Amino acid sequence: MTAVAVVGGSLAGLRTAEQLRASGHTGPITVYGEELHPPYNRPPLSKEVLADAQRATSAEMLDRLAFRRRSSTADVDFRLGTRVESADLSARTITLASGAVETWDGLVAATGLRPRRLRVEGPTQGRHILRTIDHCLTLRADLDRPRDVVVVGAGFIGCETACTLLKLGHRVTVVEPTGAPMNRVLGPALAEAVQAHHEDAGIRFVIGPGVTRFTGDQRVTGVQLDTGERLLADIVVESVGSVCNTEWLGGIAALDLSDGILTDNDLRVTGTDDVVAVGDIARFPNPLFDDVPRRVEHWNIPTETAKRAAATLVAGLQGRPPALPPFAPVPAFWSDQLDLRFQSFGSPGLADTVETVEGDLGDLTGGVLTRYTRDGRLVGSVAVNLSAARQRELRDEFVVMAPVG
Amino acid sequence: MKVTVDMTLCEDHGQCAIAAPNVFRINDDGKLEYDANPEERELTNVEEAADVCPVQAILIGD
Ligand SMILES: Cc1cc2nc3c(=O)[nH]c(=O)nc-3n(C[C@H](O)[C@H](O)[C@H](O)COP(=O)(O)OP(=O)(O)OC[C@H]3O[C@@H](n4cnc5c(N)ncnc54)[C@H](O)[C@@H]3O)c2cc1C
Ligand code: SF4
Repeated sequence: MTAVAVVGGSLAGLRTAEQLRASGHTGPITVYGEELHPPYNRPPLSKEVLADAQRATSAEMLDRLAFRRRSSTADVDFRLGTRVESADLSARTITLASGAVETWDGLVAATGLRPRRLRVEGPTQGRHILRTIDHCLTLRADLDRPRDVVVVGAGFIGCETACTLLKLGHRVTVVEPTGAPMNRVLGPALAEAVQAHHEDAGIRFVIGPGVTRFTGDQRVTGVQLDTGERLLADIVVESVGSVCNTEWLGGIAALDLSDGILTDNDLRVTGTDDVVAVGDIARFPNPLFDDVPRRVEHWNIPTETAKRAAATLVAGLQGRPPALPPFAPVPAFWSDQLDLRFQSFGSPGLADTVETVEGDLGDLTGGVLTRYTRDGRLVGSVAVNLSAARQRELRDEFVVMAPVG
Repeated sequence: MKVTVDMTLCEDHGQCAIAAPNVFRINDDGKLEYDANPEERELTNVEEAADVCPVQAILIGD
């Protein structure tokens, strides 16, 4: 019987285990996860779970966030708290942190991302990141009284965190060197409208300057900017992007690890047999847009890629080609910020032209729809506060035109 | 099969209605309505709906 090793025990790893069973793999499946927790849902960590601050323990938080186990995966062996240090693709082994060597016939890379840290001098106490339950608990424990919070980075997670902390009664400033919040995805006009909306609610944005150091002795007391200004801060949340967890595959010449793990359209890792990559770490071409491989850090991608990667792996293990139509998932994400709900389909960041086609950018609460095109073709849409009843229609605009390749 | 949505969790994301339109529906007020006892042949769609619900509010019984 063939055995599959899944490295990474979060959403992508779990969904791949489920889909391997659904695709007819009956051999052993082992999931290796560095975190001590079983797979759990991350998006609430910057939203409801951070908001309902009151002293939930790690176990209570996990109880709320853990994904339910399907009966089909009852016999999947989850090795939690187990980091995979390296892999040997020709011997078909992985080596665990303990030194133990395990063998596999099929390998799934599902190791996701970790937050990038700011490399600036200063005290470390009071500095936070947000990706895991443990990060969320540590941040919450530090919010025992009204704080001066500086969020560095105005991407989606940074903005959500800023909004949640404002609602909790903290004073919040967001520093972003490159432009209005979420500018790269939303485009300048919508991004500036969101900034104005959040400023009205009480968040201060400092757009343009970079952070040169944190001030204070033991604990952060401020954030020094390259303009000379110093922002008062006893909490700093660094939300400046991510680093791909690919070190365990380092040194394998056949792989392209320049940004995540390069795969073909079937999620087979380029340069390998019987190795697939899934979730945030997978860099795959999507014929919905073009043939350029990209990573997609959205919650729906682990589930979508798991289906395809499982089918690819099972076909490979059975010695047949996958023979499936082109894989063209519609990227989708949502974000909750104060009284705004964003829902996006496609890849708005690819656009050369952005047009708000419904609503008024001065009144986001009332509902706004923005469309993103490239060379005249729709590549993305962002709805702000539109009814969920509209989502199907917005998503189907992409389904209709796929696939092109 | 039996389907339950924990309405204290549900945030009307409507992803379920895309995955299993015969079982879940977002009404004109933007609120979720669903069939608690759908036909067995909807199982795959309902499982898909449970997977894609961002707050994991959908429970499938038997
Ligand atoms: C705070 C926050 C809010 C978010 N909000 C949204 C949102 O509103 N909408 C949206 O669309 N998306 C959101 N996302 C993104 C979404 O959660 C991710 O796309 C998703 O978690 C990716 O899942 P994954 O399994 O690919 O990777 P990850 O969740 O990163 O999981 C990878 C796992 O692999 C483990 N691992 C890494 N290296 C090793 C190793 N060598 N050995 C063993 N295990 C290892 C890690 O510990 C981790 O548990 C949010 C993310 C965060 C952090
Ligand atoms: S997907 Fe989940 S949150 Fe959204 S409407 Fe359905 S049950 Fe509610």
